[in-house]
Amino acid sequence: MDFITPSTWADALAIRADRPDAVPLAGGTDVMVELNFHRRRPGVLLDLTRIGDLTTWAQDGELLRVGAGVSYTRLIEELGDRLPGLAMAARTVGSPQIRNRGTLGGNLGSASPAGDGHPPLLAADAQVELASVRGTRLVPIGEFFTGPKHSVLAPDELIAAVWVRPADGPEQFSKIGTRNAMVIAVSSFALALHPGRRAVGTGIGSAAPTPRRAAEAELFAAGQLPWDTLAALDPDVARRFGELVAASAAPIDDVRGTAAYRRHALAVLAQRTLTWAWRDLCG
Amino acid sequence: MSATVHVGLAATVTGGVGASPLRPDGRLKVTGEFAFSSDLWADDMLWGATLRSPHPRARITELDLGPALRIPGVYAVLTHEDVPGRRLYGLEHVDQPVLAADEVRYQGEPIVVVAADHPETARRAVKAIGIAYDVLDPVTDPEAALHADRAPRVHADRPNLLRHVPIRRGDPHAAAAVVVTGEYEVGMQDQAFLGPESGLAVPADDGGVDLYIATQWLHVDQQQVAACLDLPADKVRLTLAGVGGAFGAREDLSMQVHACLLALRTGRPVKMVYGREESFFGHVHRHPARLRYEHGADADGRLVYVKARILLDGGAYASSSGAVVANAATLGIGPYDVPNVVMDAYGLYTNNPPCGAMRGFGAVQACFAYESQMDKLAAALGLDPVEVRVRNALHTGDRMPTGQLVEGPAPVAELLRLVQSKPPAGAADFPPGGTANTTRGEGVVRGVGYGIGIKNVCFSEGFDDYATARVRLELIGGRPAVLVHTAAAEVGQGLVTVQAQIVRTELGVDQVTIAPADTAVGSAGSSSASRQTYMTGGAVRAACQAIRTRLLDRLDGLAGELRLVDGQVRDADGGTVADVAELLGDEAIEETVQWRHRPTHPLDPETGQGDAHVQYAFAAHRATVDVDTELGLVKVVEIVTAQDVGKAVNPAAVTGQIHGGTAQGLGLALMEEIQLVDGKVRNPSFTDYLLPTIMDMPPMTVDVLELADPHSPYGLRGVGEPPTISSTPAVVAAIRAATGAALTRVPVRPEHIVGV
Repeated sequence: MDFITPSTWADALAIRADRPDAVPLAGGTDVMVELNFHRRRPGVLLDLTRIGDLTTWAQDGELLRVGAGVSYTRLIEELGDRLPGLAMAARTVGSPQIRNRGTLGGNLGSASPAGDGHPPLLAADAQVELASVRGTRLVPIGEFFTGPKHSVLAPDELIAAVWVRPADGPEQFSKIGTRNAMVIAVSSFALALHPGRRAVGTGIGSAAPTPRRAAEAELFAAGQLPWDTLAALDPDVARRFGELVAASAAPIDDVRGTAAYRRHALAVLAQRTLTWAWRDLCG
Repeated sequence: MSATVHVGLAATVTGGVGASPLRPDGRLKVTGEFAFSSDLWADDMLWGATLRSPHPRARITELDLGPALRIPGVYAVLTHEDVPGRRLYGLEHVDQPVLAADEVRYQGEPIVVVAADHPETARRAVKAIGIAYDVLDPVTDPEAALHADRAPRVHADRPNLLRHVPIRRGDPHAAAAVVVTGEYEVGMQDQAFLGPESGLAVPADDGGVDLYIATQWLHVDQQQVAACLDLPADKVRLTLAGVGGAFGAREDLSMQVHACLLALRTGRPVKMVYGREESFFGHVHRHPARLRYEHGADADGRLVYVKARILLDGGAYASSSGAVVANAATLGIGPYDVPNVVMDAYGLYTNNPPCGAMRGFGAVQACFAYESQMDKLAAALGLDPVEVRVRNALHTGDRMPTGQLVEGPAPVAELLRLVQSKPPAGAADFPPGGTANTTRGEGVVRGVGYGIGIKNVCFSEGFDDYATARVRLELIGGRPAVLVHTAAAEVGQGLVTVQAQIVRTELGVDQVTIAPADTAVGSAGSSSASRQTYMTGGAVRAACQAIRTRLLDRLDGLAGELRLVDGQVRDADGGTVADVAELLGDEAIEETVQWRHRPTHPLDPETGQGDAHVQYAFAAHRATVDVDTELGLVKVVEIVTAQDVGKAVNPAAVTGQIHGGTAQGLGLALMEEIQLVDGKVRNPSFTDYLLPTIMDMPPMTVDVLELADPHSPYGLRGVGEPPTISSTPAVVAAIRAATGAALTRVPVRPEHIVGV
């Protein structure tokens, strides 16, 4: 196994183009587990940790560009005000050590249906910047995931960054695990209210082959929420929203939980997070 | 003429019995410098790897070693045909193949071992082996396994029933005013030690082998390895390597014979280290259990009878299942005085992973059931759960269902009252769900539950249970110093600290060295059954006493109460009579003692009557939980526990055992389970076999009682297992109190609480 450590993004892209068997390595919190369990034996490990540019974030016009190498800890500490939903999700990832190492780009690269970073990116309509020697493209997050641990990332591409609008309203993220920390999601849910355009964003984790939005629930809530009056949320609206979120999931039974429980929990989480977010919006 | 000596356990002995000196291995372990068995190294060593069956039950139809042998760097590829001696091993029954011959009986059963010059080469060689199977339907249901017409035999030459222990006391047809019944299930828990199975076998010039190994009992390993290698015991020498946790999982052999076979074949040292996934297949687990109970009580809540049937899934090989079944049966109604008992406990062979020793050893499974029953009984009678337990509590002078008299302190009621008397738990640091932002108080309900358990200490049923200690007192640099040599396994529990404490107390010598544990000295017995401080502690103490007698014999004509303190012989008034260094001179005094506890006796095979146990130990727990009743998530807010330890030889270590044992019981209550489907393990990783984290373990209040047992050294009582036993039912009772859910199975899962 070769271990290549490019120091520039251009070099990294060139190597990636040259060696389609290369596995990009950032925090290593997924890749190293796979290696240690002998599930994977790539020809090349492409270490991206020396590329300083990957670990920066900046505001670019109305959008934030968050480098793929930004760690969960930094999402919490540096972007908690602008991307609260993503920061809440980052707080639920692994242990402090894992949060120090693991990156947003790595999370996307693994494309696990249970990836904690995905639901808030869905709820916030983020875009993923993919780069190769052929050029750069932006993929809406909803089109990024194609199946369990599969994405549209081409063999010669690397994930450069995530583009996302800073929160323009309350955001929430909730995750179910069977212990109180360091746990892979049984199911998770992210919510973003966009009062400016009277829209609701959602993201469901660990309850379908890919992270996905609950489109019908979004439309229902956007139509039912009393945006003009900012009146208290009708509990029936919250309950119906929960049902619609649960209905849009396609969970399975596995070692972490049953499909029935996942649906049930999603309904509860959606109902609760909508209630909290609306309360936050109304002050 | 001998001096009459009384040794006072004055707390004045620095680092002696009753003190909590720092453990010698503590700093190294915390800083990561401690050498565990997986760190062993020899410059010219080879690496071993194991081909394991992917099937729970299959016949091996083809085996082609050629592709593995052709890989450069591969030095040996061995099968069952290469085992020179006995091809089977086992703790109670010799029924487990060193390497499977024609048939595999559980997923993960070893078939071929390989030695290569690099671990990766060894793994590739294992993958290259050509093997084909005729896959058979596995026997996975222990209830079916019990009936010859419902399941085939797991072993062709014997029935699936491994052991049946019946216990009959009093009137089997007794009737009662209030009757509660219940069926319970306990999932398969894993010991989940952090240091995986590992060791280094070094071939010796005399044709023997030296094995450096993480184990719980060097001599029982030695005996089995020697038999399989067809070598005399003195040619198979074992030295304890750094043990990264045990909890029962190192009682059975794992890679011991394999590494020795490879070393003797290649003439090179061979190291084997299991990875985390392989470790889940490399050791036995806690028996899953199905338990059916019927409790009958009078209108005041006094138990009239208990009828119980316990089914324990032993998996493919016997391991220590027989003793586990006996424990479940003899301890199966709990620390209660019950006049009429009908108990039947069964251990079965199936094609599930083999089960054997784990902390609590049969008492854990039963306790979950009988304590659930006691809560049910309390509810049926409208009584407080503690009150109904207290009314039935076992006392000194009562008899167990086996007819065995309960001697020595049995503070069952006191322990219950003690945990009940603590102030209620305060607010939780965070809600159920932890940092995952699942509730702001919605659906959260508090509950409180109780549990008490009973455990036997040391080996039972007439087993010749002994420990050996060699102690040497001599002058080093003009100062008295003591060397202690035993084969007792330090598995993390702190035995090395305790041995030195005993020497300081008995001989008044500060400088104590604990020699590495090996088979050059006699057996210490196993570091299990909460027995090692009792047994090896007892042996070290006895050896020290023998040395002291010989030393004081030199004070010709001097009588009276003499003590050895700070290197001096002192009289009752504290006056110095002699200096130990002068008395000793250039001659070392060495004593080797083989020490036994009181004998025990077998159980009557028909009635289960007999004085089978040495000592009983008790612990009680009160758990307070917050449950999110809509999501089924649990935060244990506080655990209060009280345990009688007879004498806290090392109070810090005792408290540590109680914390750790309680956490292991909490794990069984809430998350720890090896999940099986058709005999296959679905979660062999710490990603999906969940252990409690610091966010799951609550603050604990620990009360330690020291009610001396007149028969044990210093009055001590085994400490390690009781906290694991009663914490599980206490946590589940608290969840039931919060939710009203029946919760008849552990670990409790969120879907059980919310009922979807």
